[in-house]
Amino acid sequence: MHHFKTLAASTAIVLCASGALAQDSITVAIQLEPPNLDPTGGAAQAIDSVLYANVFEGLTRFDADGAIIRGLAQSWDISDDGLVYTFNLAAGVTFHDGTTMDAEDVKFSLDRARAEDSTNAQKGLFAGITDVTVIDPLTVQVTLDQPNGSFLFNMAWGDAVIVAPESIENIASNPIGTGPFTFTDWVQGDRLELTRNPDYWGPAPALESATFRFISDPTAAFAAVMAEDVDAFVGFPAPENLPQFEADPRFQVLVGNTEGETILSTNNKMPPFDDIRVRKALAHAIDRQAIIDGAMFGYGTPIGTHFAPHNPDYVDLLANSQHDPDLARSLLAEAGFADGFTTTLKLPPPSYARRGGEIIASQLRAVGIETEITNLEWAQWIEEVFTNKDFGLSIVSHTEPMDIGIYANPDYYFQYDNPEFQALMETLNATTDPAMRSNLLAQAQAIISEDYVNGYLFELAVATVAKAGLQGLWVNQPTAAVDLTGVSWSN
Amino acid sequence: MIRYALGRLTSLVISLIVASIVIFAVIEVIPGDPAAFMLGINARPDTIAALRAEMGLDQPLITRYLDWITGMLRGDFGQSWTYKTPVAELIADRIWVSLPLAIFALTLSTLVAFPAGIYAASRRGGAGDVTIMGATQLGVAIPNFWFAMILVLIFAINLRWFSAGGFPGWDNPLQAIKSLTLPAIALALPQAAILARVMRSSLLDMLGEDFIRTARAKGLSARQALWRHAVRNALIPVLTIIGLQFSFLLAGGIIIEQVFFLPGLGRLIFQSISARDLIVVESVVMLLVFTVIMVNFIVDLAYAAVDPRLRTKS
Repeated sequence: MHHFKTLAASTAIVLCASGALAQDSITVAIQLEPPNLDPTGGAAQAIDSVLYANVFEGLTRFDADGAIIRGLAQSWDISDDGLVYTFNLAAGVTFHDGTTMDAEDVKFSLDRARAEDSTNAQKGLFAGITDVTVIDPLTVQVTLDQPNGSFLFNMAWGDAVIVAPESIENIASNPIGTGPFTFTDWVQGDRLELTRNPDYWGPAPALESATFRFISDPTAAFAAVMAEDVDAFVGFPAPENLPQFEADPRFQVLVGNTEGETILSTNNKMPPFDDIRVRKALAHAIDRQAIIDGAMFGYGTPIGTHFAPHNPDYVDLLANSQHDPDLARSLLAEAGFADGFTTTLKLPPPSYARRGGEIIASQLRAVGIETEITNLEWAQWIEEVFTNKDFGLSIVSHTEPMDIGIYANPDYYFQYDNPEFQALMETLNATTDPAMRSNLLAQAQAIISEDYVNGYLFELAVATVAKAGLQGLWVNQPTAAVDLTGVSWSN
Repeated sequence: MIRYALGRLTSLVISLIVASIVIFAVIEVIPGDPAAFMLGINARPDTIAALRAEMGLDQPLITRYLDWITGMLRGDFGQSWTYKTPVAELIADRIWVSLPLAIFALTLSTLVAFPAGIYAASRRGGAGDVTIMGATQLGVAIPNFWFAMILVLIFAINLRWFSAGGFPGWDNPLQAIKSLTLPAIALALPQAAILARVMRSSLLDMLGEDFIRTARAKGLSARQALWRHAVRNALIPVLTIIGLQFSFLLAGGIIIEQVFFLPGLGRLIFQSISARDLIVVESVVMLLVFTVIMVNFIVDLAYAAVDPRLRTKS
């Protein structure tokens, strides 16, 4: 913090000396370009990175720390049986095309997302909704088939934003939302521009305009920041360059956490991984800190289960899988693999996987497990690993928030089938009492940790490199977003 | 001449049909389901099926091929799956980056290569020749993406004369040209090196020809003979190389466009392949193939127009 103050002070001097005027525009770079601009019709995180909270808003939303706060719904009542949510909408909200946002739009958005032919990538968020009723223009009632403790959380996702029937046709190229910024231009392949919405219903943002740039190559990303072509790079792709930015008074480096549990995904149905002793051996063969240091240049938090360490309900279960190659070897011998075995390690493109894969391969080799590494593109990974389950091991970061529920799906690609865990998740979904939920979540974390379903590696960190005078950027990424509503330049 | 042209035309049409089949087949067999990729790992199977139907992926391969081909004949390249905008628009936007970049790079490489090649040939074996040929060796050996990074390091990060990448659009032509300058230099360097070597060796071949000796015998100085007779004739192989290089520059800027994050055709292909936006990949590749085949066709006709022997032979 002290370091940051020094930076801020020195920048202030520089700014005064050059007589710079207060800036009210920003150029933000992110790595991937959104494929289209419809947050309700695709899984690409880049869509949310650009549009979440800036252009589109939902009933509820994530704040910078991941808490669920009010969005278009200013308040809500939950019936005693937990089945009926009555949302009171903010008054005077208009879409960017001038049409009014009211309960009909909420009904339209939710019904569209859960429809038969819906192409919503997170259709599961809406699965429990049985009915959406308009009470009056500012009141809408949502009925669920069973109590759902995460319903308000689900409604905060970018996939659950409120859209209008008047503008849905061209949403993919001309997104019309209710947010503080309107979409103005998209030069595909290069940049996307947003302008302050003068009619915004909430507090006006400090920025007049914002430009998003899309720079995927890590070297180009470094050059763009160093040449000051961009004011901030959210999700900076080259952790090895961060110390250089930290030492440069022109920049500030923000390192925060994400919802990305990075795991050594293990095919639980494929021999020999159907033997818990083998999976346990994997867990003890892995030296997490070496992976974090080697692949992520020290950025990342070790995890012992599939849960985000910054979540208040997180339980530290690292002790279940301490680095212990001798124990790993004896477990393998016990399982009948005294001479080891050979398996596949299929790696998607991100550097955590490609770099981490090499390190894990050598750690596994040390206990006798040989891996055949295959590098895959994402589309191939989804087909081979995720859909066809044709893999032994893989490394992937599961970036969806609060996704421990995937372990209750026996068809999920790592194929963990445990009725006890599945029952626990059903209980959790139907529980709304926070203390009880906390307890259930702790049990769930323990079960998958002690079953060694996957090798739990680390929580992915996110780095933002920004010019020193910029303030209000999210440090953490509770959801993929570059929320510009609170961003400003210090004078 | 008409028969010759018709023959060329038939072979052009056959080439295009074969190319379209090959492109379609090769791209369709790339593993990875476009719909599953777009919807990510939380998507439900019924959602993926709904999107496949929306994208027309549930149709048989042959129907999709015919739809694609007949659409293109009508000038309709289809709709990008990921961008959800017409492919023709995407291509039209990108070509205004890639085409000027290719022309810029070609101009630079020609401006450097011609004088260098001519000078080296006229000073054969001298210090100038050795220096230039050494430099061209280096130019051929340096990978252009590495050279691009060095340019960025020097001119964008240290000197701050240029921005590190991106393209501001043609609304401001000066800025647009400025933003294409470093990429054009990076692309031009290896091309210039190759061109200079071809120019030199072609010139040296010419200088050994009888008509040069005749020109010298008529009393022209070595320099006059070189400029009046040798250079013009030496240009023929050089122009052939330039033609080949232009196709390469237009399609081959992928890495340079990536380094300078330029929204060109190469980057469009690159992004579309990783997003499995197959319709875009197919259409852009087909367009490039069409361009190359058309250029060859025109060159064939031009040869025939210049050289009557070609006409009678066919």
